[in-house]
Amino acid sequence: MTGLLAGLDGGKLLRHVLGAVLITFLMTSLIVGLELVATQTGLSLRPRYHIVLYCVVVVALGSAAVFALVERSWRLPMLVGVVLAALLLVPLLTGNLDSDLAFLLPFPVAPLNWLALFLPAFILMRAGQLAYASARPPAAAARRRELSRTGKLISMGLGLLLILAAFAFPVSPWGSRQLVDILTIVLIYIMLGWGLNIVVGLAGLLDLGYVAFYAVGAYSYALLSEYFGWSFWVCLPLAGLFAASFGIVLGFPVLRLRGDYLAIVTLGFGEIIRVVLINWYEFTGGPDGIGGIPRPSFFGLPFQANAPKGGGETFASFFGLSFDPYHRIAFLYYVILVLALFTNWFTIRIRKLPIGRAWEALREDEIACRALGLNPTNVKLAAFGIGAMFAGFAGSFFAARQGFISPESFVFIESAVILSIVVLGGLGSQLGIVFSAAILIGLPEFFRELEDYRMLAFGLVMVLIMIWKPTGLVSHRDPTIRLHPRGDGR
Amino acid sequence: MEYFLQQLVNGVTLGAVYGLIAIGYSMVYGIIGMINFAHGDIFMIGAFHALIVFLILGAVGISWLPLALLIVLIVGILLTSLYGWSVERIAYRPLRSSPRLAPLISAIGASIFLQNYVQLAQGARPKPLSQMVSGGITLMESDAGFAARVSYIQIVIVLLTLALMAVFTWLIKGTALGRAQRACEQDRKMAALLGVDVDRTISLTFVIGASLAAVAGLMFTLYYGVIDFFIGFVAGIKAFTAAVLGGIGSLPGAMLGGLLIGLIEAFWSGYFSVEYKDVASFGVLVLVLIFRPTGLLGRPEIEKV
Repeated sequence: MTGLLAGLDGGKLLRHVLGAVLITFLMTSLIVGLELVATQTGLSLRPRYHIVLYCVVVVALGSAAVFALVERSWRLPMLVGVVLAALLLVPLLTGNLDSDLAFLLPFPVAPLNWLALFLPAFILMRAGQLAYASARPPAAAARRRELSRTGKLISMGLGLLLILAAFAFPVSPWGSRQLVDILTIVLIYIMLGWGLNIVVGLAGLLDLGYVAFYAVGAYSYALLSEYFGWSFWVCLPLAGLFAASFGIVLGFPVLRLRGDYLAIVTLGFGEIIRVVLINWYEFTGGPDGIGGIPRPSFFGLPFQANAPKGGGETFASFFGLSFDPYHRIAFLYYVILVLALFTNWFTIRIRKLPIGRAWEALREDEIACRALGLNPTNVKLAAFGIGAMFAGFAGSFFAARQGFISPESFVFIESAVILSIVVLGGLGSQLGIVFSAAILIGLPEFFRELEDYRMLAFGLVMVLIMIWKPTGLVSHRDPTIRLHPRGDGR
Repeated sequence: MEYFLQQLVNGVTLGAVYGLIAIGYSMVYGIIGMINFAHGDIFMIGAFHALIVFLILGAVGISWLPLALLIVLIVGILLTSLYGWSVERIAYRPLRSSPRLAPLISAIGASIFLQNYVQLAQGARPKPLSQMVSGGITLMESDAGFAARVSYIQIVIVLLTLALMAVFTWLIKGTALGRAQRACEQDRKMAALLGVDVDRTISLTFVIGASLAAVAGLMFTLYYGVIDFFIGFVAGIKAFTAAVLGGIGSLPGAMLGGLLIGLIEAFWSGYFSVEYKDVASFGVLVLVLIFRPTGLLGRPEIEKV
């Protein structure tokens, strides 16, 4: 027992755990403990205190483990992790979910219950890390220094490798319909993240209404194709252009606001555009949205089973292939991949141009920029407009891929998700955005059938990643150049 | 005239609810400079607490209204403020010295979590509550038969808000806690050096903000009679707009902004169109910010290099 609590203040631990238990009990007592049930006479309450008990037990074990981890002691968390894992694994492996042991598995679906292992796994991992570090601290520190030196090389190599893998994926044996579809969605968000990164990461403007420009792009293509019958490839640049002009028109009055005021105004604009889309029924179809949006073609060759009316060939017949819906999915994947890579290339290049330098300088110190003769409004407008343009591109692709859009797809939470991708990835880091988009968008896509728990975990993961790495997963926010490079003695 | 009066009454009631939520945003922004995105969801949880306690009281048989209201108020404030405290403790305190955007993302995450937590626990369907307080006073009646009425519930809401504002002003102006809070707002490091427990003060700020949101949640439940897990989002955005409109960080400003947003909404839906009422309030916000970039009662920030 003494070994278990080595380095811990037992009384403090007890107080900590008891406090957490009491607070959890009070917090969950009404909201979770009493279920509101609709009856014929109105609402009535049905108690279900076993779930409260579950919450309290999880919090008690978790808070004890976290307390010990914070105090850099690993034995207790190790034990908690092992006990939790055993409690969960026994019913999971035997499939006996009705046993008394299974009360820690709250989910109605069996595969979801495996997710419950996340908590003990995390505790075990951290405890293992601490045990390792306490055994040989100097070696680990030296290794970390070495890593940071070669970090840049590694991230470049990793980027190249990822690009190659991304191009090869659909034709590789792993490329199934479902996987390519999920990756297409992830790529849309990567592109949006890279676009927003110009505004937030480079220019340092907090934009909470980015989804508005995404909506403008999507509706531009949908409406242009509906009213004029224009094809995707004509509308794509137009959609970007529309979104950019929207960005500039909206940005003009508000860009002299600072920081959080800008945030709330952009949020307001996002909502305004959505409200207009919902209520302008004659033009946008209102909440019903727009359906039947044509899919993009491959240099005029449509992806259809049968030849289009009035002759012409389809993609399959032109290349002498048998028709396969997978062709279209893979094609859409390549379109968004190229679009996203273009965004990335553009960002990397523009960082080296005067305007990119001006963005970074403005982000670091606005007053100094003004003193040096930069016009902050113009520089910010450029960032706003260019960021909006990429959202417009992504939006028109989104409309083409879905074939149906409605204001439902452009709610505030989307803006929040895109912003989270940028910040979780590490502001200004292109590679980090790929990782965080994969975590935030890709992983939940696999768990689609677990709808409710998915978003719960999504919020929790956002909080946890931020606490774990407040500067983002891949954090380097250094300006591209410095007057006095680090390490030259100044 | 009757119609105008009716919209005025509705607007003031709505404004009182927005104002109470807006104070929470404004206080938190003033003291740690972050937008507490989860605040709207705390309000939503307050509304759920109110609904559940009402049902419990109904089941137990306490039907004398003032007593029921008092119990709901106390239990709601206690339990809801625990949520405010926990969110700060778990999601914001570890990020106190991080880059500016980190707590913001953490707050968005907390907001998503709370929303889905309530949705999971209580289902997505709207929850109706049968009307607790009915009746009202007719203020003015036109020849055409349209009557401007103040319902008792509206009177309760406005009176409760006024009482809370009085208590709250005393709390900030006259107590040691208020003094510590104002000190932290001006300079956290200096306050810490002079013996103010900064962490405790910030925690209490969240508790106070959540308590006011709980009261707003109770009022919302009584006034509209229907709540769901999503009300926090819309009310939160409106209240934050109100806080910015009044000048974020300024508490009278938050109340004033709340009133203005409530009035704009009521009059816009009364005279123009209900659909575009959100556009109207955001439009006014943009206009005000263009001409007074720090809001109506906000102090201009002095930037130093």
